[in-house]
Amino acid sequence: MKHTLQQVFHSGKFVVGFCIFAAMLLIVVVYPLIIKDPPLRIIGQGTFFPPGIYVSSYDSVFTPNTYILNLPDAAAKRISSKLDNQERLDIQTWLIADGVSPEDIDITDTAKLLALWEKEYDPNKSFTGMTFAKQRYYQRLDVSLKGLLSTEGVIIATKNPTTGAMEQTGVVKQSDYVNVAEVANVRVLPLGTDNFGRDVLTELVKATGVSLEIGFVAGLIATLIGLTLGLVGGYVGGMVDDAIMVITNLFTVIPPLVLLILISFSIGQDKRGAVTIAVVIGVTYWVWTARAVRAQVVSLRNRDHVNLSKLSGHSIAHIIVSDILPYIASYVVMAFILQISSAILAEASLSILGLGPRTTEVPTLGLMMNWAMIYQAQILGKWWAYFPVLVTIALATFSMNLMNTGLDQVFNPALRE
Amino acid sequence: MKGYRKYFLNKVVWLLVTFVFAFLLNFFLPRMMPGDPVAAITARLAQGMSNTSGIQKIYQEYADLFGTQKPILEQFFIYMKNVVQGNFGVSFSQYPRPVADILKSSIWWTVALQFPAIIVGWLIGNTLGALAAYLRKGFDKILMPASIFISNFPVFGMAVIMMVIFGVGLRWLPTSGGYGFDMIPNFSANFIFSVIVHYQLPFWSIVLIAIGGQAIGMRSMSIYELNADYVKYARFLGVPDRKIVFYVFRNAMLPQITGLALSVGTMVSGALFAEIIFSYPGLGYTLLNGVLGQDYPLISAVALIITTMLLLANFVIELLYGIIDPRIKAAQAD
Repeated sequence: MKHTLQQVFHSGKFVVGFCIFAAMLLIVVVYPLIIKDPPLRIIGQGTFFPPGIYVSSYDSVFTPNTYILNLPDAAAKRISSKLDNQERLDIQTWLIADGVSPEDIDITDTAKLLALWEKEYDPNKSFTGMTFAKQRYYQRLDVSLKGLLSTEGVIIATKNPTTGAMEQTGVVKQSDYVNVAEVANVRVLPLGTDNFGRDVLTELVKATGVSLEIGFVAGLIATLIGLTLGLVGGYVGGMVDDAIMVITNLFTVIPPLVLLILISFSIGQDKRGAVTIAVVIGVTYWVWTARAVRAQVVSLRNRDHVNLSKLSGHSIAHIIVSDILPYIASYVVMAFILQISSAILAEASLSILGLGPRTTEVPTLGLMMNWAMIYQAQILGKWWAYFPVLVTIALATFSMNLMNTGLDQVFNPALRE
Repeated sequence: MKGYRKYFLNKVVWLLVTFVFAFLLNFFLPRMMPGDPVAAITARLAQGMSNTSGIQKIYQEYADLFGTQKPILEQFFIYMKNVVQGNFGVSFSQYPRPVADILKSSIWWTVALQFPAIIVGWLIGNTLGALAAYLRKGFDKILMPASIFISNFPVFGMAVIMMVIFGVGLRWLPTSGGYGFDMIPNFSANFIFSVIVHYQLPFWSIVLIAIGGQAIGMRSMSIYELNADYVKYARFLGVPDRKIVFYVFRNAMLPQITGLALSVGTMVSGALFAEIIFSYPGLGYTLLNGVLGQDYPLISAVALIITTMLLLANFVIELLYGIIDPRIKAAQAD
């Protein structure tokens, strides 16, 4: 046993796969200990906030210390965040349409351009061929450009509770800075929020855990069913074997996904929990294990040591457990690993069809993918809603297949390189 | 020819047995499930209704429509009679369109998309796998990990990534549908061009996935054959390399054909998801619509059609295999 393990861990492929898998498990276990937010809590008002660090603007105004930094390029950055190349070109287009001669417009000179804009722009003017959306865009642009070149600070005023008049309480100058560490409310959203406004990373970690759990339960059930049928069919032979083989062959040609769809749909949305889905997947995905185990048992059945055991009067159960199982153990472990990975994929496929676990309790990788697809994250370019999910699914299945290939090379010398 | 006839008859009997079994499953499985489907439909339709006799009426209407109050055997015979006549009932979600009509318009899209894609993927994958086994070295080092990674990638994931790169990012190809949304199917050049353009993304995402799995299988089969005794013997005899390679790959190919027969089910069910992602008007998309619309007759019919298609595909592959495999030829000679 120890020797086998040593050999297994010498296989590069297995080690790589194992490390990826272990890292995933570790994150799934450790992350909730550090960040204790419930994974399905809706924090964002709106859909698909991009990844980044969110600093409360209210709190940054009222931080205890403000620091004055005189940075030479601060003004240029401020201007370019509102008035970039595209906006300059748009302004040029508008001005030309308005009748300003192109020679008078210099889009590289910000001050002159803005002055010209201020002078010429009329928010109610519309040209032939300009859509209403474009007109509104210019109105918004105009508002955002107001006071862009001013060097004055912004006055903060609060309402006096007795008189109702606004009273100045402070001024935020352009050179004022706050230290993020001193702002009371800062939320890091490394993967932004999803369509419901939930933190994608927290959700993803939980979903990975649930999906692995589904994979594990389904894999266990499928392996147990397959192993039992294969062992019994292969060892007992005769009528029992024929019956089992007929069933196995029937289920080989009927794709498990079709069965899965029929069963999940019939169970109904309310009764589909994560565990139910796992059981259903397990019950439909055992065929390959059964076939392969049976084939191996048939070849083992007439070996000398098995015959010897039979002559010694051991029971069938004893022979199967102590004389046959050890020979197929490595295969069963490999099949189990593959079952886990295909169960994770099966869950994801079901969820994309809208037949996954009910959506109110826990997220799964498939459900997250389904939500992202329903809200068209891929068309809108909100990569953080679906891409991390895909990478996680791919990493999970990839790591397990790598482990499987590694094991295969250890136990099948013919495949070694 | 006698041996082959026996092989053929055996396969036909299996085809019939599996078909009957699939048919039975398709009928009984949903009906064995706990809960009354008609009650579920009624509950959904009567949401927010407080009129009890109205709800009762809806329930009665649907119970009569589906005949759920008749004994199960009688229901089965009615169902069988209807299916034989090509009548799959009326769709709930696209009422009053009959299910058979919906299927008729979607099945050809699926057949035209998936079978060429799977065959092309199989051919490319096998060629690459054989090359990897023969050339080894650098080619193998790149191809193998890439194939393992790609073949583990879910089809819907590949579809989404292809869509984002070529559809949304580069804007080379349309992201959804089987033809331009402003067109009516006809045989004009415009329409055919539109169909071809819309065909590309779903087609290539299915092909890519198929390539990965086949390349891995073909590579290990070829390596196994290349090390076989007959190859060494042929080398000693001075048989030209090209001829040896031909035999090796022919022998490695045979298990790959069985592999195709066994994996065609997985591939087709995977490819259904490519259709779903690209809203391709085939069976996958119909299935999604059925699920979204809680349209039981539609789902059941799609499941039956997919199973039947797969059974037939399997049957054809196995017949071909019987013709190609020299061992079955040898059995014919006996």
